[in-house]
Amino acid sequence: MLRSLFIIFFFQLLGEAIQKFFEINIPGPVIGLILLLLVFIFFIKNASPFRKIKKEISETSHQIINYLSLLFVPIGVGVVMHINYLGDNLFKILAIIIIGTLSTLVFVAYVMEKIINLEKNNAKRR
Amino acid sequence: MLKEDKLYKIWVYLQAEPLFWITLTLGAYLVGDYLYKKSKLNPLVNPVAISILIVSSALLMLDVSYDRYFNGAKFIHFMLGPATVALAIPIYEKKNLILKEIKPIIFSIFLGIPFAILVTFYLAKFFNLNQDIILTMIPRNVTAPIAMGISELIGGIPSLTAIITIITGIIGASLGTFALNIFKIKDMSARGFGFGLASHGIGTARAMSKNKTAGVFAALAMGLSGIATSIFVLIIIKFIF
Repeated sequence: MLRSLFIIFFFQLLGEAIQKFFEINIPGPVIGLILLLLVFIFFIKNASPFRKIKKEISETSHQIINYLSLLFVPIGVGVVMHINYLGDNLFKILAIIIIGTLSTLVFVAYVMEKIINLEKNNAKRR
Repeated sequence: MLKEDKLYKIWVYLQAEPLFWITLTLGAYLVGDYLYKKSKLNPLVNPVAISILIVSSALLMLDVSYDRYFNGAKFIHFMLGPATVALAIPIYEKKNLILKEIKPIIFSIFLGIPFAILVTFYLAKFFNLNQDIILTMIPRNVTAPIAMGISELIGGIPSLTAIITIITGIIGASLGTFALNIFKIKDMSARGFGFGLASHGIGTARAMSKNKTAGVFAALAMGLSGIATSIFVLIIIKFIF
């Protein structure tokens, strides 16, 4: 647990440092995600010295992700406490968010499902 | 009188400490999560929304400022960074499935991101919003730290963008399932990808809780759309303004 937490924190730290150094627009944790993924894909084969730690990181990660929803509560409370910042535009903004979010979600999922099915059919014909 | 005085003193002491607000947040989440599971994962019973409502009502009733609350809750907030890094693991574990669908993934990003930006832009135009509010809203579908960065870059108001982004996440997570069902979209990877692209981390949390494959594609879409939006926004904005 402690070892895997250290590794996860370390990759975030690395991500934050890279973000500051190269002044990129991508947040440190996302860079950390990409780095950890690359290390897992390219460096950690199933060879014995890494197998144990790999399993440990996997268990810890799944435990943290299980509580992903919880981690949004503190900023979410901020939204409720500061909702008056949206002022007179509140209802218009809410309408845009609802229509915009749902149409984007459906559009993306629709496009993706169509392409997946197309590929499946192509594969069958071959 | 004396006893009340003492209780008041204890309260003054406790509310100045992080422990009280961390405990309140965890308790509220346990209630939210319990109701969510009890409802058999009904998306309308969104655990994030319920916990937020419980904590906010408590703060309003106790007349406590958000800053004081966040001084404690920031310890929970802190874990968002490590949790984002941890998303590398489920993505890694499904890497073969992702590689298999690499073409649909690329197409959906290249079509989906412009769609997300333009739909927000034209809706905001339709509702006659000011230019600075439009710019504030444009990056709302990506994860909050990226959205705020983009907002600043294009001349929006980052703190407002954060609020709008969180609302976007909650709307996607709680209503998205119904929208997808109406359009009869069944493929779990496609559904998850939509959740992650349209409603970032909160949508991803919902997808993760429902289906592992959907969750992984949501996490992937969240990361990719954050990166792609930072690039696409600058190009698209040149054309629409």
